[in-house]
Amino acid sequence: MLDSLREKGLVLDGVCIRLGGRVLVSLTRAVAPGEVLTVMGPSGAGKSTLLAYIGGFLDPAFTGAGKVLIGGQDITGQPAETRRAGILFQDPLLFPHMSVAGNLLFAIPEALTSRDERRARAEEALAGVGLAGMGGRDPATLSGGQRARVALARVLLSGPRMLLLDEPFSKLDQELRQQTRELVFAKARESRLPVLLVTHDPADARAAGGDVITIEA
Amino acid sequence: MLTRLGPPLTIFLLTGPLLFGLAGTLLPAFGFLPVLGGMEFTLRHFEALFDAPAIWASAGISLAAGLLTAATSLLVVMVFVAAWAGTPLFARIQHMVSPLLSLPHAAAAFALAFLIAPSGLLARLISPELTGWHRPPDLLIVHDPMGLAMMAGLVAKEIPFLMLMTLAALPQARAVETRRLTTALGYGRVAGFVYGTWPIVYRQIRLPVFAVIAFATSVVDVAVILGPTRPAPLAVRLVEWMSDPELSFRYLASAGAVLQLAVTGVALASWLALEKLAAALTRRAAGRGRRLRRDALARYAALMGMLASALAVFAGLAALAVWSFAGLWQFPDVLPQNLTLKSWVRTLPRTAEPLLTTLLVGLAATFIAAVLAILCLMREDETGRRAGQGALALIYLPLVVPQVAFIFGLQFLLIMGDLLATLPALILAHLVFVMPYAYLSLKDPWRAFDKRYDWLAAGLGKSRWQRFFHVRLPMMLRAILTLLAIGFSVSVGLYLPTVLIGAGRLTTITTEAVALASGGNPRIIGVYAFFQMLLPATGFAVATLVPALIFRRFHGMRV
Repeated sequence: MLDSLREKGLVLDGVCIRLGGRVLVSLTRAVAPGEVLTVMGPSGAGKSTLLAYIGGFLDPAFTGAGKVLIGGQDITGQPAETRRAGILFQDPLLFPHMSVAGNLLFAIPEALTSRDERRARAEEALAGVGLAGMGGRDPATLSGGQRARVALARVLLSGPRMLLLDEPFSKLDQELRQQTRELVFAKARESRLPVLLVTHDPADARAAGGDVITIEA
Repeated sequence: MLTRLGPPLTIFLLTGPLLFGLAGTLLPAFGFLPVLGGMEFTLRHFEALFDAPAIWASAGISLAAGLLTAATSLLVVMVFVAAWAGTPLFARIQHMVSPLLSLPHAAAAFALAFLIAPSGLLARLISPELTGWHRPPDLLIVHDPMGLAMMAGLVAKEIPFLMLMTLAALPQARAVETRRLTTALGYGRVAGFVYGTWPIVYRQIRLPVFAVIAFATSVVDVAVILGPTRPAPLAVRLVEWMSDPELSFRYLASAGAVLQLAVTGVALASWLALEKLAAALTRRAAGRGRRLRRDALARYAALMGMLASALAVFAGLAALAVWSFAGLWQFPDVLPQNLTLKSWVRTLPRTAEPLLTTLLVGLAATFIAAVLAILCLMREDETGRRAGQGALALIYLPLVVPQVAFIFGLQFLLIMGDLLATLPALILAHLVFVMPYAYLSLKDPWRAFDKRYDWLAAGLGKSRWQRFFHVRLPMMLRAILTLLAIGFSVSVGLYLPTVLIGAGRLTTITTEAVALASGGNPRIIGVYAFFQMLLPATGFAVATLVPALIFRRFHGMRV
């Protein structure tokens, strides 16, 4: 079990984030591929800084220590762009100066060079989130739920090795939240990605179905 | 790596010319000027300076110009914002005034000159019916000995500048909430603003106010066009000495530049005292709970001041435009008898070279300034440390030190390096003045950018420069083009650095226009004033239209 985790999963080994002298988060955990680890806590408790540390964009005001391993590889010292940590925020943050397809094409790794193949991949991903044929649209014209799904398709297209979710459902209304949650977790399981979910909504934690850690303010 | 270079390079390019320039001015003032054989310490040149006729009158005019210009413009802006912020009228006047910001000082001064001169538009409108004048009266309205016309010209340009700075500071001062609170307590609009909001706003616009004082105490172009001549303000006389064919006058000019530093220093010190006094008076009035509800007079006076300064410039520009097409235009006719293209046909060929220099220098200096500003801001993101008050003061330094005081020295250094009147030297000199505005205009939009876009793109595997070119740059295109437009308009308007570093061999539209001032031919000046208006306005038009065009399909990119 532990060996397979070391190979594919996300391992946080003695991760500790401080602001000034104060410890915000401190944990050692492993998340298996397709599993979700939920971190709960009130806002301002440092949940998002944990994601920032793993993703490689921790604000210099904070100090982080401890190792982050993915698939057995230590990525702690790596720059954000080589960690392949896909992230979803509260807001979908589609690039407003690109079409829906443009957003998706931007995410596809450069290794795939054929223009046609890239386009096909983007279209396929759109269809995969139930938005077939919407590639030409201006993101500003989509509904909230559609935007959230494009954001999901975009992050999956980039070929991430893990998913970091920063309260990605909190701005959706009740019904949409339920649907989007299911879609995100289903896609993550399908792609066998370890997921770290940060939330203050117990319903998110229940839907995620994995371990839950609660941190104090 | 590249971003690491940003801040030190910027500081070097800003303070290098400034410090070396100051040294190059101070040394000749005390007798050291190896180029002319000056090798020994002496105070002779200061003695000569103090013996120069009416030197103290010149210094006095400069000092008064600095303080009065700053006080008047600031007072008009403060009371106007206090009285009218949040009303529909405010928005309209704001729109009317803001184009003036990009207008070169010299163009505004010409506009005013041709409006108020004895043969100007105003005199024509009321003559001969009201005045009985059938020919222009022999009055010193422009070039008046007290410098009132010059100060009016400066005020007309500084009002839009201080207005913009104030508007930028208002949101942080929570002006709307404060107004509701003070109104509920029974305070008049102006009093409530002055007690509650202004102290916070003023703290943020202090450096720009200092810049206004420094500029007005040492201005040359506006003074040549509108200012007194016998004696002229100090800086004008210094430039005359500096350009005198008799080279020994350079010692005198350098000693004069030291006096100019002192004059500006005294003006700033007096201002600090005035600040204290005003703060104490405000505190006292607030402590006594003086409601000052009957402030209609102040409110309308500020509105008039605002309107008059803007309309005067617009009317003057219109008059100049008509002049450039005028055939015979006798006094006191309001319009010329016939229109002709003759002035344009005659003048246009002469404008080609200055236009090219203006464009080259303006674009190069602005582009370099933009790159440096971006590198500095990227570095701030990396280190998580924002430029502190010290760095900000450093950035304002070229705007707070009188231009003559260090451009003189810079000129000596460039002569020694055989670089005077070369494009790189002129670009460097412009960069010193463009850089502060570039950084200041980009700083807030840059910090307002949602960094999560950057993190998200990093998560998608994009490198730093990919993120910059594909995400940050397009999303901030509008702000960056605005920076370029502001920088370019600053460069177009620069007079003194261009005259001294271009040394008459590299001329821009502005230096050519000011050179025409003494000739007073309104037809040719009209043509030059047109280009002075056109160039900055084109910059701002590009900054508005290009993003609108590129992103026309994307609603999220609209403002």
